[in-house]
Amino acid sequence: MTGFRLETGGRVDRGQTVQFSFDGKSYQGLAGDTLASALLANGVMLFGRSFKYHRPRGVMAAGSEEPNALISVDRGPGRFTPNLRATGVEIYPGLKAVSQNRWPSLKTDFGAINDRLGMFFPAGFYNKTFMWPRSFWDKVYEPAIRKMAGLGDAPTAEDPDHYAATYAHCDLLIVGAGPAGIDAALGYMDTNKRIILVDEQDELGGGALADPALWPWLERSHKALIDAPNVTILTRTTAFGYYHDNFIGVVQRLTDHLPELGDAPREKLLRIRAGEVVLAQGAIERPLVFDGNDTPGVMLSSAARIFANRYGVAVGKAVVLMASHDSGWHDVFALAKAGVGIAAIIDVRERVDSALMHEAERLGIAVHLNHSVMGVTGRHSVRAVQICNNDDYLGRRIDCDAVLMAGGWTPSVHLWSHSKGSLKWRDDLGAYVPDLPNENVVCVGGCSGDWDFGTGAIIDMLPTPKDQSRIKAFVDFQNDVTAKDIKLAVREGFRSIEHIKRYTTNGMATDQGKTSNLNGLQIASSALNKPVADIGLTSFRPPYTPQTFGALAGHAKGALFQPTRTTNIDSWAQAHGAVFELVAQWRRARYFPQSGEDMHAAVNRECVAVRSSVGIFDASTLGKIEVVGPDAAEFLNRMYTNPWKALEPGRCRYGLLLKEDGFITDDGVSARLAPDRFHLTTTTGGAARVLNMMEDYLQTEWPDLDVWLTSTTEQYAVIALQGPNARKLLEPLVEGIDLSAEAFPHMAIREGIICGIPTRLFRVSFTGELGFEINVPTAYGLALWQRLMAQGAQFDITPYGTEAMHVLRAEKGFIIVGQDTDGTVTPFDAGLDWAVGKKKPDFVGKRSMARPDIVAPGRKQLVGLLTDDPNVVLEEGAQIVADPKQPVPMTMIGHVTSSYWSEALGRSIALALVAGGHEMTGDTLHIPMPGKTHTAKVSGLVFYDPEGARLHV
Amino acid sequence: MILIHCPYCDEKRPEIEFVNAGQAHISRPLDPSSQTDEEWEAYLFIRANPRGRHHERWRHVYGCGRFFNAVRDTVTDKFETTYKAGEPRR
Repeated sequence: MTGFRLETGGRVDRGQTVQFSFDGKSYQGLAGDTLASALLANGVMLFGRSFKYHRPRGVMAAGSEEPNALISVDRGPGRFTPNLRATGVEIYPGLKAVSQNRWPSLKTDFGAINDRLGMFFPAGFYNKTFMWPRSFWDKVYEPAIRKMAGLGDAPTAEDPDHYAATYAHCDLLIVGAGPAGIDAALGYMDTNKRIILVDEQDELGGGALADPALWPWLERSHKALIDAPNVTILTRTTAFGYYHDNFIGVVQRLTDHLPELGDAPREKLLRIRAGEVVLAQGAIERPLVFDGNDTPGVMLSSAARIFANRYGVAVGKAVVLMASHDSGWHDVFALAKAGVGIAAIIDVRERVDSALMHEAERLGIAVHLNHSVMGVTGRHSVRAVQICNNDDYLGRRIDCDAVLMAGGWTPSVHLWSHSKGSLKWRDDLGAYVPDLPNENVVCVGGCSGDWDFGTGAIIDMLPTPKDQSRIKAFVDFQNDVTAKDIKLAVREGFRSIEHIKRYTTNGMATDQGKTSNLNGLQIASSALNKPVADIGLTSFRPPYTPQTFGALAGHAKGALFQPTRTTNIDSWAQAHGAVFELVAQWRRARYFPQSGEDMHAAVNRECVAVRSSVGIFDASTLGKIEVVGPDAAEFLNRMYTNPWKALEPGRCRYGLLLKEDGFITDDGVSARLAPDRFHLTTTTGGAARVLNMMEDYLQTEWPDLDVWLTSTTEQYAVIALQGPNARKLLEPLVEGIDLSAEAFPHMAIREGIICGIPTRLFRVSFTGELGFEINVPTAYGLALWQRLMAQGAQFDITPYGTEAMHVLRAEKGFIIVGQDTDGTVTPFDAGLDWAVGKKKPDFVGKRSMARPDIVAPGRKQLVGLLTDDPNVVLEEGAQIVADPKQPVPMTMIGHVTSSYWSEALGRSIALALVAGGHEMTGDTLHIPMPGKTHTAKVSGLVFYDPEGARLHV
Repeated sequence: MILIHCPYCDEKRPEIEFVNAGQAHISRPLDPSSQTDEEWEAYLFIRANPRGRHHERWRHVYGCGRFFNAVRDTVTDKFETTYKAGEPRR
């Protein structure tokens, strides 16, 4: 035996050595090793420091239930992964692993002072101690606690890896490829079911990997499954969550085990919809609770067998077994056979199966029945144990370098519980097992309580003559919860296991109590003097093991976080230096700065151009709905506040849409193209919402109306030409439409041809200037834009963005729904009562306009605000008060909704919602802002060209 | 993710194709103007919040676009049945 590597045995490749490092020191392992097995082979027992007490910790398990041996793997900037279980990290040449939660080093850790002060850190310690003074929490307590108590460091650089995500479907999903899972797959292989078999390890086999006698069967089975065309095998794949209707979240790890990272995604998230699920997750061995049970070298008995038989590693040279269950005896016999030195078998039971006794005798192993381990000697590794007789507590010392715990088995019912299957308590196993399913799922093998490990005694903790308040017997190793903590919680009055869990944090670490829940329950049960089944069980929730954020995010990051909608003209704006903003997922040009211009200068220039000559604006994002059918006018009449039936074809109308509660939800100009056809426009952000609302009324309230609604938002590119020269620019380009003021008045629509393209030409204005909105099929948008830019050069045509559009509309007092309204504004509040058809018997929201709260005085109403200092531009969102001398907190009577510098007026303008605002014209209000309280006078909403003379030309 | 049966498509589809549209079987009064404030308040705002069977409207918004009714258990999140708009309450 070299170090702790056994001469023979294991599934590792003895011809292939692998160089890796741990905390900067270089080690050699074998291909097929995990970090845990490779370090154990090198005699390393100390893997990390515990969460709260900074106690030295080693490996306790061999699989994903490992609570202690958490390490970080560093693969360069952005590829630092903390809190990995050393038992699940496959080694590769160059692997760089580091320990966690220690300073300055793993062996010498100043935080270990917490262990000596342990009496000051009882259950509920944080809740009790750091409550006072309150002000100390953010600055003093929390940062200090976070530094001392913790796991690995979070990575600081952006993750350079990419992650794949996909959906998968199968008739049968089998979770876990131990003997039970493999048997299930073999059993269904010859049906025509599509089968997916997943397992978290790097090879199939589960428990069979630690049983060489099963390897020939395993190899045959594996080959049969590979050859079956209907079976998909996914290894290194964790089923982490079981959701409704047999929807299972699965992450496949693709590159973490490879020495070189290629272009492949690091992990792949599969969302699997399965007709039927077989859970074969197996069972997890239970530790025993005794003083010093967390010393490095104390581990699960089954883990020692896995290290010996699967990895060819002896966990010690003189190993002691502490058992309450037969399975540990079988493990020790297997270890002896593999060449591991056994110091003694200690069993808490008075009597065990005589076959076990005979085998121990045959192998020459000393046996101590009715004995318990009462203490462990050694701090960084085990040197000896003190054992005592359970009756008279007479003890002795046994020198050893490893202690195996065989405390029985806990079925892994995690996914079963995610699926809301019920559980029942089995006294003979001392465990909860699956009872009634809630989905189409069955549990097989260990996770159903079906195993051949023999029998055992169910105990809460080992008997000890020591003062129980002075010993550290761990239940939850990862969260440093001891038996004493759970008993204290019960003494302090906690009765429900859910409360005990939260108070003590038992089972709340990243391992979700895989090794601690049942021991915690047993101890609580004894302390409460109630059967375990009466205390209940805490809920298991996804994920089964921690998963990366990268895998869950998948493609949805960066530019793909959410879709960005672009118009046909977007590329022109991009090429001409537009600054963009996102509006309801649309990328819109906000302004077009010329060299040296800031936003303010660019917006002023764009506004002046519109008011003095002509501006061009991409309005393609406007929501558009085609409303068609014999009852189209009747339908719109019922939806909108305005009357629609009398609107003549060829004319447009401003439409105001309320919700049934009477508040404004959308607006837009719509045109009647024919008696049975309307072209509606909605706000950019409201398009989908309005269509949904209209469909709702049409389908469910008025199914008798013969109307069809079609979203045409993306079918039209819309170019707004606004300004006194708009008509002159347009005239030579248009065929079949008379553009004269008489033939084509404001608020009209004509169909014709522009530059050879069919168009719906609106004469409308959101700027107060003579204006047109040219609708053409989307694919022609850019071509028409470029033609208009070329043709408009003679008028210094100026592209403008959404910011100038906002200023221009505010100068005219046109509202933006969602900016100047907030879901509690009525047409009257917004000064839009002119748009309400008073004679209409009904429309959506009409009845609510007479609700008591809506007719009550003092509602917030939309008004204009003119600051006394014309150079002050108020902040949008700023609160408004009537009397600035009142004591703080002041009574706020409203807020600024829109505020801009108006170059046309040479001063600032603002819109505001103010309680009773319509009665305040001319009053002075006060707007406290950082540094100064500003004053402003209440005005009307229209600041520029109130007569509308510029429109009707 | 739940599978929901669309009674129009007659298919079980993933819930991301659907949106919930509130409590079912609440009809807009034929003549809202004749409603008292109390009646109108009840229609607008008062909704059931049962523990168990709940009648709901859903829309197959990313499918056929139709609104339909469903009975869903608010405790288990399981759909008992779905049926077309206009059909009697189940």
